Amino acid sequence: MKELYRTGDPLIWLTGGALAFSLLMVVGLIALIMYNGLGFFWPKDIVRYTLADGRQVMGQLSEREEIPQFGEGKKEPLWRIKVKQGNRDLYGADFIWINEADIKTEEKPAAAIVLERREWGDFIGVIKAVKDGATAIAAEPAEGWKALTGALAGQRRLFEEARALERDEVGAISYDQEKLRLANRALKLKGAKDDDPRITANLAGIDKLHKDYEAVMERVGAIRAKLTWTVVLTGAGGVEKELPLYMIVRAVKPNELSVFGKAGVYLSKIWEFISADPRESNTEGGVFPAIFGTVLMVMVMSVAVTPMGVLGAFYLREYARQGVFVSAVRIAVNNLAGVPSIVFGVFGVGFFIYFVGGSIDSLFFPEALPTPTYGTGGILWASLTLALLTVPVVIVATEEGLAAIPRNLREASLGLGATKFETMWRVVLPAVMPSILTGLILAMARAAGEVAPLMITGVVKLAPSLPIDGYFPFLHMERKFMHLGFHIYDVGFQSPNVDAARPMVYTTTLLLLGIVLALNLSAIVIRNKLKKKFATSAV
Amino acid sequence: MPTQEKLQDTGHMESGDARNTEAGQGYLPRRLAGLNSASHAANGPREMIMDVRALTLAYGSKVALKDVNISFLKNQITALIGPSGCGKSTLLRCLNRLNDLVDSVTLKGQIMFNGMDIYDPIINISELRKRVGMVFQKPNPFPKTVYENVAYGPRIHGVGRKGELDGMVEECLKSAALWDEVKDRLHDSALGLSGGQQQRLCIARALAVKPDILLMDEPCSALDPISTSKIEDLMVDLKSRYTIIIVTHNMQQASRVSDYTGFMLLGEMIEFNDTPKIFQGPKDKRTEDYITGRFG
Repeated sequence: MKELYRTGDPLIWLTGGALAFSLLMVVGLIALIMYNGLGFFWPKDIVRYTLADGRQVMGQLSEREEIPQFGEGKKEPLWRIKVKQGNRDLYGADFIWINEADIKTEEKPAAAIVLERREWGDFIGVIKAVKDGATAIAAEPAEGWKALTGALAGQRRLFEEARALERDEVGAISYDQEKLRLANRALKLKGAKDDDPRITANLAGIDKLHKDYEAVMERVGAIRAKLTWTVVLTGAGGVEKELPLYMIVRAVKPNELSVFGKAGVYLSKIWEFISADPRESNTEGGVFPAIFGTVLMVMVMSVAVTPMGVLGAFYLREYARQGVFVSAVRIAVNNLAGVPSIVFGVFGVGFFIYFVGGSIDSLFFPEALPTPTYGTGGILWASLTLALLTVPVVIVATEEGLAAIPRNLREASLGLGATKFETMWRVVLPAVMPSILTGLILAMARAAGEVAPLMITGVVKLAPSLPIDGYFPFLHMERKFMHLGFHIYDVGFQSPNVDAARPMVYTTTLLLLGIVLALNLSAIVIRNKLKKKFATSAV
Repeated sequence: MPTQEKLQDTGHMESGDARNTEAGQGYLPRRLAGLNSASHAANGPREMIMDVRALTLAYGSKVALKDVNISFLKNQITALIGPSGCGKSTLLRCLNRLNDLVDSVTLKGQIMFNGMDIYDPIINISELRKRVGMVFQKPNPFPKTVYENVAYGPRIHGVGRKGELDGMVEECLKSAALWDEVKDRLHDSALGLSGGQQQRLCIARALAVKPDILLMDEPCSALDPISTSKIEDLMVDLKSRYTIIIVTHNMQQASRVSDYTGFMLLGEMIEFNDTPKIFQGPKDKRTEDYITGRFG
């Protein structure tokens, strides 16, 4: 026994086992997320269940579980299934539990289709008729499907056109109107009278813009008038529903699709997920604004944290006289990394938003008050709060890098007559660059995953617009934004339709992991390039 | 002398001279002992370039140099020998004020260079270090290309033109007997060179700022015998243009390359004389013991 101990083999097994255990946990976590997240978009077959009591249920199988049984003795296991029946507007709920024992027959009707709608979730049923206004186009499932898919693209394009008009042109008009209104308020704050020519000119401008608005709305109305196609569907149990075509996002007939056809639907759903805006209180549609907000916030955070951390570390290591005070500062900085993030959030609210933002508002945007411009949560404040949160990481990494630079490298430079600053700039900074980037990678990883401080400094459930758009100054740092981490929380735990939203939690988590990975990988690639360039290994 | 004006602002020569005379008592005999040697007589009078006067240095409360006096002659190689910890490296690092980097250092005495005390507050340290170059014990090329290593010094002293730099780099690499080995890989990393090549690169780098004096702190201690002999040959070549002060552990090296040798022990300059005299007829018992290998 003692011999075994002395060989050191148990230690190898212990350390190896610990590593394997950690890897297993990570792999298991990622596998679970991928399994749950990636399967979500696969179009499943539609099954029609006829129950013992004669009821019919039609939908997609989503889950199967054992029913717990109580009492003495061993019993046959009982199972129940969860079916996504859709048609929330008709049945009240998207999902229904069925005991397997109650099922009399099940079949896969070829004509069954799934319609992804803009409102009320999916509709699962069979086409009864397709109409253009009052004229019937098709009256039978196969023909109806042909007519539906033929007309769908055209109707949807018209709808998108009307939406684009509303969003872009009406958006531009309201933006200009708001600008004129604020200009008038600013003039009045400076003491201009009501009959000041500038004010009347602005008012005339507002009136003119209102006329423009009415003209645009007329065009929108004209387009809307062409949205006349409807489809009449029969759901399970004989309920009927007439649905305008423009309300349909995607029509799929899964029971007749080949594997490749399903793969096509799958890819188009994934593309929608990463490129589109969310719908239905975030439970459907895409998460593009959240991706955008996350990436932009991490970038703004990096831009803020790198100079702050690097300069701090340089002072601590290169200029400050090493002693009790500097050691105390160093300990304080290291401990800052352990402060709960919500504390930073509270600080961000108190300092950045109320104090700095409030001061900016009263100095530069008094005409908009009491509506705050910078005095409310926004992407700038959230990024700065996270920069404060992650600055210890950058400082520690940079300091360690500085300490690792051989003293004789600095002496070589000083010995050639370089000043301390020149040495710092031309020798020390390039050599410490990989360490700085290591710190930045750690900081980014931490910032991308942080949610708590963001919830109170500018992240919202649904942001009306991206922080970047076509209006000067293009980058609107005061705007609220969406964030994948908060999106996960919101969709998973604040959603009105938890059953439908849960798979979205996994897909969104997967996406967040992917983004963190991508950000880190790019930083690692840059670091390795720099490392090769500045490899320090004399003799 | 134009170089003097660069090193020191005008109007301070007087005070320097005054100190020159008042401190001139204690150290003179020992210094002259070296100057009145036979080899000196054969080669004609030598010009003194650097003169250390009553230098005492302490790191905190630990005294590292005690009342050291020594003169370095122009275009000669002076070797400093002695056991580890005797203060020879410390003395060398005083000559270009690299010891300034140590926070706790205190220093008394003077080091005269071209008639000025280099520890005078008016001295521009960058200018001093430019004129008193240094090669370190371990080869320490910058993690840059061979070319950038040599061009580093000229660049920080304001040489920016490509053609001029190219010429300087080639000339310095040739002076350091490295050109033929690296001319095809000027833009490769200097860290890919062998140890001996790296050390010669460091010499070329030091030469690029056109120093008057080259300080060498055990430049061969990390090198193999072939690289060592190359660097020793190089030192002898460079002697015609530079004054070289070398610290070495290797007594054969000191006797091979140097014209003058100083023996140090426990922070004191025990004996300073012509190299042949030190090695053949040391006056001090301690020098003899060290040279014959009885201690150290």
